[in-house]
Amino acid sequence: MIITRPRDWGRIKDNLAEVGAERVFIMGCGQCATVAGTGGEKEVLQAKTALEQAGFSVTGWAVGEVTCHSGGTKLETRKHYGDLQAADAVLVLSCGAGVQTVADAVSKPVLPGLESVFLGNVVRHGVFEERCQMCGDCVLDKTAGICPVTTCPKGLLNGPCGGMWNGMCEVLTNRECTHVRIQRRLAEQGRGPMGVLPPKDYSKKLKPGSVNLRESKKGGVR
Amino acid sequence: MSRFRDALERGEFVITGEIAPPLGTDLAAMRRSIETIGPHCHAINITDNQGASLHLSSLAASRVALEMGFEPIFQQTCRDRNRLALQSDLLAAWTLGLENVLMVTGDDPRGGDHPQTKGVFDLDSTQLLGVAAGMNAGHDMIGRPLKGGTDFFLGAAMFPEAEPWDMQLLRATRKVEAGARFFQTQAIFDVSKLERAVTALRPLGAKIIAGVLVLRSARAVDFINERLAGLMVPEKIGSRIKRAGDPAAEAIALATEQVRAAREIADGVHLMTLGLDEAVPRIIAGAGLG
Repeated sequence: MIITRPRDWGRIKDNLAEVGAERVFIMGCGQCATVAGTGGEKEVLQAKTALEQAGFSVTGWAVGEVTCHSGGTKLETRKHYGDLQAADAVLVLSCGAGVQTVADAVSKPVLPGLESVFLGNVVRHGVFEERCQMCGDCVLDKTAGICPVTTCPKGLLNGPCGGMWNGMCEVLTNRECTHVRIQRRLAEQGRGPMGVLPPKDYSKKLKPGSVNLRESKKGGVR
Repeated sequence: MSRFRDALERGEFVITGEIAPPLGTDLAAMRRSIETIGPHCHAINITDNQGASLHLSSLAASRVALEMGFEPIFQQTCRDRNRLALQSDLLAAWTLGLENVLMVTGDDPRGGDHPQTKGVFDLDSTQLLGVAAGMNAGHDMIGRPLKGGTDFFLGAAMFPEAEPWDMQLLRATRKVEAGARFFQTQAIFDVSKLERAVTALRPLGAKIIAGVLVLRSARAVDFINERLAGLMVPEKIGSRIKRAGDPAAEAIALATEQVRAAREIADGVHLMTLGLDEAVPRIIAGAGLG
């Protein structure tokens, strides 16, 4: 899931001031941002209170099922047409994908209420960790299922670097070095030490990514 | 002081050329090119991994041109280096005697010869101009004072024929605000478009050097239309080259006409010969600039 954290409140107020907004509509997200505790109903209502205390009026609010879903979000904006019309701006408590979906669906200024930070594993309720960069050129087959691109702060494919000390990471000094973990797991599984991984193919990470399953039936998926 | 800068600031019509450093360490061919075009140019652009393909560094090649007695314009792209490397190379450039710098964003790596590489783009060309202007004011991009600063003559690229024009003009204006003092334009095919660029940018204090491309062959026309981002040879010009009995001679004749036209409008011309170095003296003589 996409992990988000609240955007700096001062920055949100500045952004609203920049577009001259006094009346605000708030949109949350029923998916990732709800699980991350940043853009569910509870957080949307907290934002409403905070905005009202700061002198803004809130014309309405909604928590769409999945805010990054174009069709669903369009439907949601139609349901709240009047409240959206009455607003000067929309504040979206979702990841950047959701903010853009809302921005495509309404003609008012749409502003981000959260920062999108990573694709997260849910380690346990409320604990998220970044394990994958979505690089498009997976090396987990060679690295015992531990991604060095993500979990090594330098993203080194071949390590440890010169900063490793007693098996610990140079940057996150309270964490074991990813490359030490990889070699240990490989050994535990009776797999030989990892060979040198070649430089990554960054052309696989074509921006902006796009997949069209309808096209893929004709053999055209990217 | 940069003679190129001095000439531009005195209002002289300047001529610049362009050299791509070699893939390898043999400098003989590059030296020959510099010797061919150098005497006819106020300055020579030394490209930086042109076309996102590997070449010897612009820094080293610019120094070679300087040692040969010609003035280089050191090109820096944002594609291959982060802000530490860009700043470090700028400091190096100044210590090597390179006074003119052209900042460009850089072509996407996927169009080059190492398509698997990561495009850096830590800064963009406008931001990099600002960084270099800061160095001219004596500090790095985080504001720390430099022990010995720089006095670069800063240039940028622009495309007078790009549409929408208001976007292109806004971007060029931002580059001037960031520190650009001269522009070298993408190839000009329509003189009226060059005129609108000069009219808009000269009052801001920027000099405009019009890009003139020597379309040396039918293949060159096709290559540009199919492979070069942001450039199209108009049908009329393309077919003039393709129909000619001697396309190279026709290309030189066309470039000569373009230089004559640019002379009435711009502050200089930038000759891009696509490797046909001997075109430079012929165009300059033909345009009466010799």
